[in-house]
Amino acid sequence: MTDTTHFTRPEPETDEIKPPVTQVGVIGWIKANLFNTWYNSVLTLAVLFALWQLAPPLVEWAFLDSRWYTDSEACRTTDGACWSIIPNNIRFILFGFYPPSEQWRPLLAVILLVALLFISRNRRFWRKPLAYAWMGGLVVMGILMRGGILGLDPVESSQWGGLPLTLMLSVFGLTAAYPLGVVLALGRQSRMPAIKSLCVIYIELIRGVPLISLLFMSAVIFPLFLPEGITINKILRAQVAIILFTAAYVAEVVRGGLQAIPKGQYEAADSLGLNYFQTMRLIILPQALKIVIPPTVSVLISAFKDTSLVVIIALYDILKTTQSTLSNPKWMGYSTEAYLFLAVVYFICCFFMSTFSRKLERELAT
Amino acid sequence: MRQEQTIPEEPGGRPPSQNTAADSPETDTAFWQDPDKRAVIFQVAALAVVLLVGYYLFSNTLANLERQNIATGFDFMDKEASFEVGESLIPYSAADTYARALLVGVLNTLKVSFIGIILTVVIGTLVGIARLSTNWLLSKMAGGYIEVLQDIPVLLQLFFWYAIFYDVFPSPRQALHPITGVFVSNRGLVFAVPESHPVHTAMGIAFLVACAAVYFLRRWARKRQMKTGRIFPVFRVSLIVLIGFPLAVWLLGGAPAKMNIPELRGFNFRGGINVSPEFAALLMGLVLYTSAFVAEIVRAGIQSVSKGQTEAALTLGLRPAMVLNLVILPQALRVIIPPLTSQMLNLTKNSSLAVAIGFPDFVSVANTTINQTGQAIEGIALIMAVYLFFSLLTSAFMNWYNQKARLVER
Repeated sequence: MTDTTHFTRPEPETDEIKPPVTQVGVIGWIKANLFNTWYNSVLTLAVLFALWQLAPPLVEWAFLDSRWYTDSEACRTTDGACWSIIPNNIRFILFGFYPPSEQWRPLLAVILLVALLFISRNRRFWRKPLAYAWMGGLVVMGILMRGGILGLDPVESSQWGGLPLTLMLSVFGLTAAYPLGVVLALGRQSRMPAIKSLCVIYIELIRGVPLISLLFMSAVIFPLFLPEGITINKILRAQVAIILFTAAYVAEVVRGGLQAIPKGQYEAADSLGLNYFQTMRLIILPQALKIVIPPTVSVLISAFKDTSLVVIIALYDILKTTQSTLSNPKWMGYSTEAYLFLAVVYFICCFFMSTFSRKLERELAT
Repeated sequence: MRQEQTIPEEPGGRPPSQNTAADSPETDTAFWQDPDKRAVIFQVAALAVVLLVGYYLFSNTLANLERQNIATGFDFMDKEASFEVGESLIPYSAADTYARALLVGVLNTLKVSFIGIILTVVIGTLVGIARLSTNWLLSKMAGGYIEVLQDIPVLLQLFFWYAIFYDVFPSPRQALHPITGVFVSNRGLVFAVPESHPVHTAMGIAFLVACAAVYFLRRWARKRQMKTGRIFPVFRVSLIVLIGFPLAVWLLGGAPAKMNIPELRGFNFRGGINVSPEFAALLMGLVLYTSAFVAEIVRAGIQSVSKGQTEAALTLGLRPAMVLNLVILPQALRVIIPPLTSQMLNLTKNSSLAVAIGFPDFVSVANTTINQTGQAIEGIALIMAVYLFFSLLTSAFMNWYNQKARLVER
């Protein structure tokens, strides 16, 4: 050491001691998360073994040996998956019996709907224009689907099917069921015994029976309710059944929110001189509905999944169109592939909704 | 399919009286401004509207039924059903009455619900615990299981499993044979069972006796613990009693170990127990779907007990098993049981989807009845009544449990 280095720190005698390799980095992570105790090690090894047994044949079936854009003949020559069933029948699966030359119309309607949903994700747009956009959008969608004006060929609702039908049943079902559910929940909390018991009976009755019985009712009994000569089309009847069913569940969720509002809020509203409707609209509902966003979204997700039940009353939603594809002798036997495709479609939609619910929950946290 | 939220009714949440100003008799208010009178008018109006609409629909229905010559009433129940039912727990033939066919349906619904609920709770609990595991791989896989199975409609899952049976599995001649005594083919699942022997009945009785013994043992142990503070190892002793009693009877009866092993005869298997593809697919779909929800419930329930509780219990010197038994579980179960009961009810209601894959559950039999007799109103009313009965029974249980498990606060 010389004098010039007088003011600098002396060189360390040894190298800087790094943490042991087994504590940091990839190895450390593996040790901490997979092999931290003896039974965790056993579990990890067991899971890895199971994956090693299952994954290769699955990958082989789904990707290596599979056929993607061939005809059905080519599929018979392989042991792998025949994904060709999807591209070959995609128009029927998505649009059902809608006239092929007019299928751009439901496609456009679906794109419009998805675009509206996408814009609505962002809370910055939750203003009046968005409401007008929705109203306008729904009218345009109705015109696109139905036709008959503006030079569009009319298409009977009995020819509607596939994805547009599934989405329509869900979107209209949810938008109509939500306000009805809120009204029912308020009715159940009401101090008027007659109103209260009507709402309780309705909610408990509907929640006690499976949706399928309501759909049967809409298909078989509902026509008997109407005077002679009046008929309502099948899709609308199923739609009404879905709305009535979902509303009861929404009502129970909203009731949970209403009960969570402290009494002081009602008293404060009273002392301000607000009447019942003002109290509810300005004080209670904004708070109550916010608390119950997560359970509401799970009710809505359920309702979306439940629209698939219309298969049982022979409406051609996306599940039914897929099934009819499978009854075509050319494509018989590839149901696994077709149902997996459909599962992915449903999964994406539901996953989108549940992520949105989590996002909304975070944004609204006060 | 549905997530039910069951919230106990609380009078505290109801809006308090708003008619403070109008209460005094001296104030001279018009009747439409008096909340009490207005309430009466509202209610009368609401009831009148409901009754009128009901009457209108009823009269329309009667007129329609008369015009279409459809009989009314439940007379059809005593007539001959003249259709076969695929599987049945009680003897049934096409010559029996509709009432008996419907009973077969109810029993099938109960069978699938009962087995389904047990499997669901077991699998759901395991997955829920796995989700909370410190093992990253296991936790992520449980998360994937929950997320994927929750987001696919149960009806699609039923179709999928049913399709696996009739499209993927081979015919009985080439049946898959994963473990000894189990055969899987497109005719369903066949597995070996012990050859029936009189000792089995005795073993069943021994098991019931053991259950009763355990019940009294628990009561006695609890009483003693309350009195003296000494803890009796109830769990271990109960386990020994429950397994030991039937085992002892089996050994005393000469330990009959002959198995009834299925054998391929002609086009199908003989012997063993045969599970039809419809039943297997229905059970699989329902159990996998519902267990994903149950797993979430179990996870939330365990997480709801704060870590401080465990630490406090350990500080008091309780052993880990006692911490779980005396501190964690009682608190977690209070959170878990109500939504769990709703899920069980959901499973029962979803079993009605059996109609879509041809398992003869109650809805399916009732549907056939409706098609044959044309009496849709009675048929659907029956469906609703049966399910309503199940769900009211469940809510009665829930209310009882909530009452019992309610936190007693100062």
